[in-house]
Amino acid sequence: VCVGYLDLQERLPSSVKIFVCSSLISRAWRSVSTSHALLRPCPVWIQCRSCILSFTDPLMPACGTSGVSRPLKGHYSQMKELHDRWRLSTVNRDFSVCPSYPQAVIVPKSTDDDMLEKVAKFRQGGRFPVLCYYHKKNGMVIMRSSQPLTGANRKRCREDEQLLQAVIDGSDKGYIIDTRSSQQALQARMTGGGLESKSCYSSWKRLQRQMERGKALQESLIKLVEACRDESNNMDRWLSKLENSKWLSHVQTALSTAGLLAECVERDGHSVLVHGSEGTDSTLLISTLAQLIMDPSCRTLEGFLTLLEREWVQAGHPFQQRCAHSAHSHARLQQESPVFLLLLDCVWQLWRQFPLALGFSEALLLRLATEAYASNYGTFLGNNQQERCTLGVKENTHCLFQALLRPRERDCYSNPLYEHTELAIWPSVHPQSLQLWRGFFLRWTPQTHHLEEAQEEIRNMVIEWGKLALSSCPAST
Amino acid sequence: MEHIRLPKVDNVRLLDRISPRRSRVGTLYLTATHTIFVENEAGVRNETWMLHSLVCSLEKQAATASGSSLLIHCKNFQVLNFVIPRERECHDVHLSLQRLSQPERPDELYCFSYKPNIDAEERRPEWDFLDLRADYRRMGLPNSLWKLSSVNQHYKVSDTYPADLFVPESATPPVIVGSSKFRSRGRFPTLSYYSKENHAAICRSSQPLSGFSARCLEDEQMLEAILRSNPHSDFMYVVDTRPKLNAIANRAAGKGYENEDNYSNIKFQFIGIENIHVMRNSQQKMMEVCELRSPSMSDFLEGLESSGWLKHIKAVLDAGIFISKAVAEEGVSVLVHCSDGWDRTAQVCSVACVLLDPHYRTLRGLMVLIEKDWISFGHKFSHRCNHLQGDPKEVSPVIDQFLECVWQLMEQFPCAFEFNARFLITIHSHIYSCQYGNFIGNNQRERTELGLREKTHSLWSYLWMNRADYINPLYRPDHSQTQGLLRPSTAPYCFKFWRALYNRFDRGMHPRQSVEDYLSAIQEETQQLKEQLASHKQKIAQLEQEQEWSVPQKAVPFDKSPTGWTFCNDLANTPQDYTGGFFTSSPCQPRAPITLQTEESNKTSKSILSNGSDQESGIADVSCRSPLSEDSTRDPDSDEAAYSAS
Repeated sequence: VCVGYLDLQERLPSSVKIFVCSSLISRAWRSVSTSHALLRPCPVWIQCRSCILSFTDPLMPACGTSGVSRPLKGHYSQMKELHDRWRLSTVNRDFSVCPSYPQAVIVPKSTDDDMLEKVAKFRQGGRFPVLCYYHKKNGMVIMRSSQPLTGANRKRCREDEQLLQAVIDGSDKGYIIDTRSSQQALQARMTGGGLESKSCYSSWKRLQRQMERGKALQESLIKLVEACRDESNNMDRWLSKLENSKWLSHVQTALSTAGLLAECVERDGHSVLVHGSEGTDSTLLISTLAQLIMDPSCRTLEGFLTLLEREWVQAGHPFQQRCAHSAHSHARLQQESPVFLLLLDCVWQLWRQFPLALGFSEALLLRLATEAYASNYGTFLGNNQQERCTLGVKENTHCLFQALLRPRERDCYSNPLYEHTELAIWPSVHPQSLQLWRGFFLRWTPQTHHLEEAQEEIRNMVIEWGKLALSSCPAST
Repeated sequence: MEHIRLPKVDNVRLLDRISPRRSRVGTLYLTATHTIFVENEAGVRNETWMLHSLVCSLEKQAATASGSSLLIHCKNFQVLNFVIPRERECHDVHLSLQRLSQPERPDELYCFSYKPNIDAEERRPEWDFLDLRADYRRMGLPNSLWKLSSVNQHYKVSDTYPADLFVPESATPPVIVGSSKFRSRGRFPTLSYYSKENHAAICRSSQPLSGFSARCLEDEQMLEAILRSNPHSDFMYVVDTRPKLNAIANRAAGKGYENEDNYSNIKFQFIGIENIHVMRNSQQKMMEVCELRSPSMSDFLEGLESSGWLKHIKAVLDAGIFISKAVAEEGVSVLVHCSDGWDRTAQVCSVACVLLDPHYRTLRGLMVLIEKDWISFGHKFSHRCNHLQGDPKEVSPVIDQFLECVWQLMEQFPCAFEFNARFLITIHSHIYSCQYGNFIGNNQRERTELGLREKTHSLWSYLWMNRADYINPLYRPDHSQTQGLLRPSTAPYCFKFWRALYNRFDRGMHPRQSVEDYLSAIQEETQQLKEQLASHKQKIAQLEQEQEWSVPQKAVPFDKSPTGWTFCNDLANTPQDYTGGFFTSSPCQPRAPITLQTEESNKTSKSILSNGSDQESGIADVSCRSPLSEDSTRDPDSDEAAYSAS
């Protein structure tokens, strides 16, 4: 076991993981430091131990023993309508085909494992196109992958073309949403990447939607957090700093690209392949949001956690690289980027616009934002499934998502107003409709207290109503 | 009617502001009070009503192949863009609307022709619904420190002040009259709010005519009297709500501000709120940003910043906080003025009252507050809201800013206000609509002369009758947020853009589900269930008693043996006896009251602003009743957000 942790220690960044959100950094620091004892001489080591060894809870199942953390197999076996045309492939069972994919993936039935291996060689990081969402209403799907490695001399890969053709079998066309600008995509050829050309993928229509990622996103977060700490009490300065951070622009872009993706599937009735370059960041962001928009089963507390497990943890979002430092690090790590935070912000915007349609509360989003940066649980450890297997995360740590579903937590993290709806929830992306996520970015200001009180009031009202409704019903007495 | 050149135009297109490709074709009707657009679509009767008094500006644009376009901006921030096929017709509609929307004489105003289904006898109590004297009594006035003065009966001392005014007990009529001669428009210092707990008061006036060196003994005595009316305090604040530079500039015109040397024990303070012209331009700029077709996030935020609107809102709120703290925390009286004492002074005094007194955070309280600090003290509604054809330089959204300050506070303290945002928005609409007599004229004297109480209806009683629509379900009179002085933060990030008002008619921008409506429904049902439960309990007790009497061998009165319970429960829970038709929910599943407002349910949305008149009224009979320029149905496609456009 220890070897595993030593290994982990090397992988973890050398400085301390700090969760920082808003103006009162000192408070955030204190809360983190007291709970994790980070100020000891060897912080990383201590943190590893505290999160893996010292945190034991007899009531808790270990990671990976339940439905939430094994979503893909469960997902596939539950979705009977998938079985005609799709199969569960275990070509990646030893992570040799794609190190960042899980062991099992869903692919078109007509594509065998040999083909997949060839396709993987044609896609960056081996991330060949896999199914991530099946729209029951019309049988259309969302696929995701990384960019094709066409390079400067426009290589082709027949198997890749066949795989994609198999996806839209029986339909006239499909869409490829590329999360880069046309220019970025063309430039990627110089470094071995590229895009699906019209001539080779004639049935696919490409839509370029530039989304900010990586360093730019990280800088945006830093600027926003800085703006939230501004105490000059000057309205103009606040608004210009908020604008200058561009964070809300990124929220707007993410939601509108996800809206476009959902429109392609739900309204236009076509399948879509989503990718950027690596396929581990903005790709996951918009596929997750689109599923929330279209699929009511993702909007419950369990559904949402399952979605995160499937689309972020298993799909290989490199949490360890992306969420190492948050906004206050002086070490400018190339890999740091708040994509997951952006996702949570976008989900919060959805929750604001459809306060009855999501089964979870703002508190859940806040908790997830905290856990992604500093956690007692193993869920967000490592960068992908392979690393987590090597570290023995499943055997030695507890699963956050399971913990969030325990009865006491469930009370706190569920939305008392939740009401199931089959309808798609189309978010408005007008600037007027999007707001700064005060609950998170201004979390430590006294004003949020009044808003929390209001949430409490809402919860109490619903509880009282529910009790009365039950007590006055004849069958229950 | 003589102003309508063309009562009906066919084949008019109403363009959608956000996505102009989506437009509706229909017929445009011009009536004496409204313009009505009726969509030609079989089955669905989709009407858009526009009240003429709400028209703010009309723009006829160059004719194109598809017709001439008429762009109408309304004072309630609705924007309508009609395309009329023939140039000639467009011209006629334009001229008619221009005349109809700019009445020249007061008796042309809508309130004089608006006739809801209310008898003449009912109109009288309508106007007696709010009684300002009752509010002063609630404050504990008159008392040994403050008295009701009759000095301004018949508006002889100040023609813009109300007849009834409270002044310090020691202020004699000569002092008052002398002081009024030293103040702009005779608006001498008088009481606006009095705090029973610590005797501190908020007084208001206009600027003194001090010029560079003038003094007035009576005015100094008047302030001295105000100071002495607060026995626990040895000084008072004089707050000039103008920027210092403006106040200094006024000195050159023989006006100005109080010299601390001439008045004993005053602390003088400037609070820089800009004048009506700056505010007018600021709102105009902000509205231009709101109307951008598909702005990027940066366009929007930059525009919002350069409009300066939120900065001005913050300034008003900051001033209100200063005064409320002086009164509640220091126990010091404050005299507030600006230039004339009817714009910024009204804003600041009323904001301070909302912060100070939980009563003004209730439905009735806010109405009284507007009646007191705005209507009775002579905020020039007619000029500021441009009710009659007048000087465009007099127009300014001063009252909008007050309502927005209240809204900003509601956003910070969700449980502290009895009313909801819909209440503020409804008041806002009717300030401009001229449908009710409350906001007509510039001061009490003008209103009396117009005979508004006899000839028009009062908004306040209409709002009170429909108060169920305006209740904030989160409000609790005993909640900690509700108590005492509100201490809001004025950090810039606490100020939000008020989408529900300024983009009110862009339905696609608003949340599709309302927590508030859901909670209201729950609240109502909870109340019903409670009553039901109480009646059940009563019945059970009754039955137990009956049982006791009819079965005397059972000696124990409250028998808890299984048979006893079963017996009682059987009776108590017989559905046909107690639950018949009462709840519509399935027994064990609490029923969810509100459904998602997308696609299917869009068509049955209720009009927020319906004014209690008959919604079914046909077009032939519209002169006297109308839903206030409101889409009566929703665009069935309105939930489709235009992602591809971005």
